[in-house]
Amino acid sequence: MAYDSFSVLTSTAVPMPIENVDTDQIIPARFLKATERKGFGDNLFRDWRYDKNDQPKADFVLNNPTYSGKILVGGKNFGSGSSREHAAWAIYDYGFRCVVSSFFADIFRGNAINVGILPVQVSPEFLHQIFEAIEKDPKSELVVDLPAQTITISSTGASESFAINGYKKHNLLNGFDDIDYLQAMKSEIAAFAVNR
Amino acid sequence: MSNSPKTLFDKVWDSHVIRKIEDGPDVFFIDRHFIHEVTSPVAFLGLETRGIGVMFPERTFATADHNTPTINQHLPVEDALSANQLKQLATNSAKYGISHWGLGDPKNGIVHVVGPENGITLPGFTIVCGDSHTSTHGAFGAIAFGIGTSEVEMVLSSQCIMQPKPKKMRINVNGVLGKGVTPKDVALYIIAKLSTSGATGYFVEYAGDVFENMTMEGRMTVCNLSIEMGARGGMIAPDQTTFDYIEGRELAPKGADWDTQLAYWKTLKTDAGASFDEEITFNAADIEPMITYGTNPGMGMGISKHIPKATDVEGGVATYAKSLDYMGFSEDDAMIGKQVDYVFIGSCTNGRIEDFRAFASIVKGRKKADHVTAWVVPGSHIVEAQIKEEGILDILTEAGFVLRQPGCSACLAMNDDKIPAGKYAVSTSNRNFEGRQGPGSRTLLASPLVAAAAAVTGVVTDPRQFL
Ligand code: SF4
Repeated sequence: MAYDSFSVLTSTAVPMPIENVDTDQIIPARFLKATERKGFGDNLFRDWRYDKNDQPKADFVLNNPTYSGKILVGGKNFGSGSSREHAAWAIYDYGFRCVVSSFFADIFRGNAINVGILPVQVSPEFLHQIFEAIEKDPKSELVVDLPAQTITISSTGASESFAINGYKKHNLLNGFDDIDYLQAMKSEIAAFAVNR
Repeated sequence: MSNSPKTLFDKVWDSHVIRKIEDGPDVFFIDRHFIHEVTSPVAFLGLETRGIGVMFPERTFATADHNTPTINQHLPVEDALSANQLKQLATNSAKYGISHWGLGDPKNGIVHVVGPENGITLPGFTIVCGDSHTSTHGAFGAIAFGIGTSEVEMVLSSQCIMQPKPKKMRINVNGVLGKGVTPKDVALYIIAKLSTSGATGYFVEYAGDVFENMTMEGRMTVCNLSIEMGARGGMIAPDQTTFDYIEGRELAPKGADWDTQLAYWKTLKTDAGASFDEEITFNAADIEPMITYGTNPGMGMGISKHIPKATDVEGGVATYAKSLDYMGFSEDDAMIGKQVDYVFIGSCTNGRIEDFRAFASIVKGRKKADHVTAWVVPGSHIVEAQIKEEGILDILTEAGFVLRQPGCSACLAMNDDKIPAGKYAVSTSNRNFEGRQGPGSRTLLASPLVAAAAAVTGVVTDPRQFL
């Protein structure tokens, strides 16, 4: 689906220094029954966020008013496990536009870009610096600059560049998606398919 | 010959690239596409919104499996949301002319079980599905991997996806497996060694004696679990075992077509001297029956061992402590003897006939432990029929087990088959994440043999004592 384009994002961030956050935690399977892409944000991290009686768990970061923002910062191997794109929808629907980690699972990274979330992979050291900066001052902002491919911690000025291929970058900057691209080359695909 | 040596993966990948985008992904052609009720509705909705259709409906196959009940399948599905997803799968398939095997259809079953058993999965194919365990089909020498819903929409509308070519890894396991060591144990062993992110960015080829001597069903179990080490998929070069499995299946090539295809399939192997970005070798003799103790599939160990200390494992200490706390286990605990409340045999990892034969080999002549609730769920109706024909059902019934109807069931617990909070389940499925088998459930992943031993003793037990 078309999504908002992405250029430079300046925002506070929500820290989640847990490793191997899997997509079953991001959105548990029992919330995959919708047939439309709506309302998934309410169930983002459902079982970490709410107890058995649907009461918010005070110790979970999304329930802590100290932290907010459009950037989610996770530990290593973020988004492992199930291929459910619902995980990316939930993160987007909740209001995040960017996820930062020192390592992403493959399918999640692809799904994120396909729905308009920018996955920013940084070094483990830089990730540590981000967590430190937020711990020191929860209001400290991150600047994610897609055209320049850099991420900067405002409070310390520390900056690192990140990788993204030119094609995906172009799509994100313009809010285009792969389906637009593929529709434009259908005759080439039809010709290829004859021999397969 | 100027051609440089190629890997199996290169041969299949390169022959499916329609266009290479500079500083971008490859436009990659998909031969076969499987869909199910959970990850397809939004994709069909996307087609409607854009006003585009399905380009090659004959290349897509639909089956209902993820949220289906495993009892009373002849009755209407009670859960309204599940019923709606199943209805949409049927309506969308009919509308676009896609083969649909709904609930009750003799071909119905888990997508990764029915593809191979009906001859849809073939060597050299590219296969995708909105389910990460699509890697299963790599057992046939296909490139098969899971995709997200946006990509399901891409494949429906253009039969292509946009993918950068992954790096290549070869995992060799040589030697002979010990008694009671199954393909599931081989896979859990590799994942424990590599961790759940150890193969991220790679496509794996499995090679060596162990895989060459493995049955097709065993190969499917191994390839199925490739995703749990972070790999996009895994594959095994097709050989006589593969060809014998495929020949005669309903939708497999026949006659002259078979001969042509077979000649091509025989070329699908890694050339001598072809290079991999990474190569790892293990020794079969080092592998024992495995079990997991934590909340990701990489947290596995030989069943006779003790839970590792945080200082001995890679990764964050806090994450490790959180995981053991969830499981109610402590560092250095022995796993043998731990209480088991539930046993689940089934899923696309271990829901094929060989898995039930293995399970039956231990429960035969014994009784299910009274306090254990067991869910015995075939991967498909064809498997269910085999269980009955081979007399396995009688063995199960005599031992106090009930055979349920096919579906994903407690693998992801989208239907009623949920492990209650705090309870321990020995499960032959593929994921032990927090809440995977129901909110608060605690999962111990293992082989059908370990599951059987736990079912009859009621505690974690080394199956080798029964063999
Ligand atoms: S059995 Fe589990 S892993 Fe396999 S297709 Fe079903 S939900 Fe996915």
